[in-house]
Amino acid sequence: MSLTWIVILPFAGSLCAAFLPSHARNAAVWLAGLVAGACAALTASFHGRVADGGVAREVVQWAPSLALDLIFRIDGFAWLFAMLVTVMGVLVVVYARYYMAAQDPVPRFFSFFLAFMGAMLGVVLSGNLIQLIVFWELTSLTSFMLIAYWYQRMDARRGARMALTVTAGGGLCLLGGVLILGRITGSYDLDVVLSSGDVVRAHPWYLGALILIGLGALTKSAQFPFHFWLPHAMAAPTPVSVYLHSATMVKAGVFLLVRLWPVLAGTDAWFWMIGTAGLLSLVAGAYMAIFQRDMKGVLAYSTISHLGLITLLLGLNSPLALIAAIFHIINHATFKASLFMAAGMVDHETGTRDLSRLSGLRHAMPITATLALVAAASMAGVPLLNGFISKEMFFTETIFVSGNLVTRIGLPLMAVVWGTFSVAYSLRFIMQVFFGPPAADLPRKPHEPPRWMLFPSAVLVIACLVIGMLPAQTIGSYLDMAALSILGAGMPQHSLAVWHGFNLPLAMSLVAMVAGVLLYRALGRYQQGTGSVPLLDSLRLDGKLIFEFLLLKADSLTRVAIRMLSTERLQVQLLLLICAAFASALIPLSYGGLPSGDMAVTPLEPAFALMWLVGSACAIGAAFQAKYHRLAALSLSGAAGLATCMTFVWFSAPDLALTQLVVEVVTVVLLLLGLRWLPLRQKSIDDELIPLRARVRARTRRLRDLVLAAIAGGGLALLSYAVLTRQAGEGISPFFIENALPLAGGANVVNVILVDFRGFDTLGEITVLGIVALTVFALLRRFRPAPESTGLPVQQQEQDGEDETSLPDPHVLLPQGPMMLPGVIAQLLLPVSGMVAIFFLLRGHNDPGGGFVAGLIVATAVILQYLVGGTAWAESRTRIYPQYWIALGLLCAAGTGLSALLASRPFLSALAWHVALPVAGELYFSTVLLFDLGVFLLVIGAAVLILVALAHQSRRGHRKHAAHAFGIHAGVADTPSARTREK
Amino acid sequence: MEIVYALAIGILTGSGVWLLLRPRTFQVIMGLSLLSYAVNLFIFGMGRLTIGRAPIIDTLQQADPSLYDDPVPQALVLTAIVIGFATTALFLVVLLASRGLTGTDHVQGEELEP
Repeated sequence: MSLTWIVILPFAGSLCAAFLPSHARNAAVWLAGLVAGACAALTASFHGRVADGGVAREVVQWAPSLALDLIFRIDGFAWLFAMLVTVMGVLVVVYARYYMAAQDPVPRFFSFFLAFMGAMLGVVLSGNLIQLIVFWELTSLTSFMLIAYWYQRMDARRGARMALTVTAGGGLCLLGGVLILGRITGSYDLDVVLSSGDVVRAHPWYLGALILIGLGALTKSAQFPFHFWLPHAMAAPTPVSVYLHSATMVKAGVFLLVRLWPVLAGTDAWFWMIGTAGLLSLVAGAYMAIFQRDMKGVLAYSTISHLGLITLLLGLNSPLALIAAIFHIINHATFKASLFMAAGMVDHETGTRDLSRLSGLRHAMPITATLALVAAASMAGVPLLNGFISKEMFFTETIFVSGNLVTRIGLPLMAVVWGTFSVAYSLRFIMQVFFGPPAADLPRKPHEPPRWMLFPSAVLVIACLVIGMLPAQTIGSYLDMAALSILGAGMPQHSLAVWHGFNLPLAMSLVAMVAGVLLYRALGRYQQGTGSVPLLDSLRLDGKLIFEFLLLKADSLTRVAIRMLSTERLQVQLLLLICAAFASALIPLSYGGLPSGDMAVTPLEPAFALMWLVGSACAIGAAFQAKYHRLAALSLSGAAGLATCMTFVWFSAPDLALTQLVVEVVTVVLLLLGLRWLPLRQKSIDDELIPLRARVRARTRRLRDLVLAAIAGGGLALLSYAVLTRQAGEGISPFFIENALPLAGGANVVNVILVDFRGFDTLGEITVLGIVALTVFALLRRFRPAPESTGLPVQQQEQDGEDETSLPDPHVLLPQGPMMLPGVIAQLLLPVSGMVAIFFLLRGHNDPGGGFVAGLIVATAVILQYLVGGTAWAESRTRIYPQYWIALGLLCAAGTGLSALLASRPFLSALAWHVALPVAGELYFSTVLLFDLGVFLLVIGAAVLILVALAHQSRRGHRKHAAHAFGIHAGVADTPSARTREK
Repeated sequence: MEIVYALAIGILTGSGVWLLLRPRTFQVIMGLSLLSYAVNLFIFGMGRLTIGRAPIIDTLQQADPSLYDDPVPQALVLTAIVIGFATTALFLVVLLASRGLTGTDHVQGEELEP
């Protein structure tokens, strides 16, 4: 398990750091340092298992049924890289402790830092390619967070966005490439993929996979033409640059190229794609680094150049070049990280990184100057330092490259040109900052940074020296181990040595050194300028501009596409939706029409036809009255509903009929309550206002809709008829009928399905019902009626005039006046309806009825009190809290379900007992009844809450009025906020 | 009977679709309500039309599936009726709130040119 822990620990640490208070700097540092140290120690402990070319694997079962496992694997190369990530992590934590200001929210930094470390280790240790990509994208995300750490700064936000867009975009390409690779090899398991290199290279899709994976790697490693994000990412805090932009994240790209080297390398396509990108980055990066003004800018372009070196080495298709590449990954990390740290220290102490302002710092910061000098010398490739050895290896490889004359002459030439540029920018970096007269106008007076801030840099510089002088004794065995894990049997003989005698590479080095010094001298004056790059700037090939241009174009293209493909008009959207539904119904028809079925039809009964004649007339009437005569339309639609209800009775569905009936009543009441708040619409006024052309257009539109409606209706009628005249297929229904009595002990199969067999669905349904009721309540609390609707409705005014006494008096027992008699009846009905409801609830299991029907009956009775007595009167004497009913119902239903767990049965299993009573005989009791009770309670609560909340709104308009008249304050839906608003 | 049943579904659907395409919110809510009748009848019809065979098992007889109407579409429709009530209520309140906020009962929330 320890391999998995290497990846989990940083993420766990990140979570912990996220919860630290924002000033807990030291706690966060200790946490991050310990986690990084622990990971380093754990990684180191694997050395023995991978030393002689072995591979250690750990599989964590994740979703075995989908063949998805978390696979972690470590071999020599992964071990070396993981050590780089973890050890650099420890050093950067120490450095960051002194770099970050006390007012910065340091725990946030370390939280992202640790998450990044975990993601990076995940990339390195993944044994599955898909898993690797997940971690790969995680590094992009965490690096976004780290670059934008000072999010109040514009350049940080921009740089972060650019880095994320480029690297995450590359990640998507990589995913595509890996999917192809997985298709070719038949597995995403790294070991399987690695062992099928020949199959992959011979496959016709090889080129596609190579291009996509190459794009992923090149974007991540900031290679030409995607290099532009790296300099902009320098807006990040320097520890981030040290860690991500020199040592680890940008190396992820080359890591992947090395990882997949046995699979993808060895072809001309690989040579041209990877080699060209590497060569261009190598030379162009070094060239641009010469002219930068920002210290970190120099280092960023130098990083592009050195990553280009590694990429080019990998592109050369030679095992020795691969070894050189791995070696340079380590070397570059040591000297570049140390230089970034130096840049950060200079920035920290002087307040600026501008090369044209800095000068002569060796007097104030001698130790920093010495460390930077050694590291820069390594970067330039001065002998006895590690940079020199890998540079020599590179030169040797360029000489031995095979191919045509252009590559044979061009590559060594380019290598020397690169060497010259490297010497020039390294010299400039050191001379400008640390030599010359002490600068006078620095923002801060410089002095040596704290000892522990120097420590990480010193460790790295010592590593540069030791590796540079004793390569074979120090890094040699680890390098061999790493190369062996990639090359396997093809591992060549090689020797790491400082001195190879006088040979061509050495001569190339000397030429580059001398030319570099001369170039520095020649450019001395020019470089004091604005930081613009000669030759390249005039080409207008600024990646940033191109990137922003493309982003802008994509934006406007999207806008055009949205305008062309979609509309904001809901009517048109609905029209398209109906057309699409119709078209999708038409497709199966085109295969074979709808011949009438062969099942014998039930004989026609005139009464049924008559009923639907009326029902259809009502439906059509409702459709044409809904605009100007809402009340009429509502009544007509209710009549159509009644016809539906009767149809259920007719065709053996008593439960449906009952439910439909009560729902119909409640819905009509609900809509009636809402009518009052809709605007008055009169036909005559509307028509006269509309000009002729618009009227014609409106008529055409109506005609179109009419045709569409006719088609939809005709289609569904045809479909229904076709189905109804065919024999039903064998479904699951027989199971329910056969088992309702023996398994569930209920004779009413529909009810048994709802509360027992499919109880879980019903639980979900009543939850939705409760949520809807609460949403309605919440929406109505903030309800603002339109101004013209706030007064008394016209009808009420006409009937009562301005007579205040006609408003119901909440203090009397019964509503006075003409409503007295109905009031008496309604009050008497309340207990009766309660009894009826309980009757329906109890019989539901064996006869038509059940919780839904019973609940709605109670709700109807409650709303009847409102209708008859008026809202004020009803609210002054009821104390229903429908919210509690909803909660109680849900608790009851869910609790019943949970009670099955007590009997160690699955959730919602019904428990039943037969109890023998002395007089009443045997009594059957089942928890299903409790469940149905929960449904009952919830339906009461939800329906009453909805109805009462809406009914209560009628008091809004003339509330002040009524409240003054009677001094009342009460109400179910009368919320505190509503009350205060009224005052 | 089947032909009347199918025609009823067709007319309810046609009226519902027509109303759905209208610009006023009240027309749309009426359309939804008519359309839900049609859809409920359609789903219920999937169990075929039988008379006098309510799926309430006679305890004295064998539970023979051929003697009873299909209970599954009935259970589905029962659920649909209740949820239909909930969505109608929610839609009604949303349309009232929209009318209060925008001052119009046009579905778009503003009066478009006719």
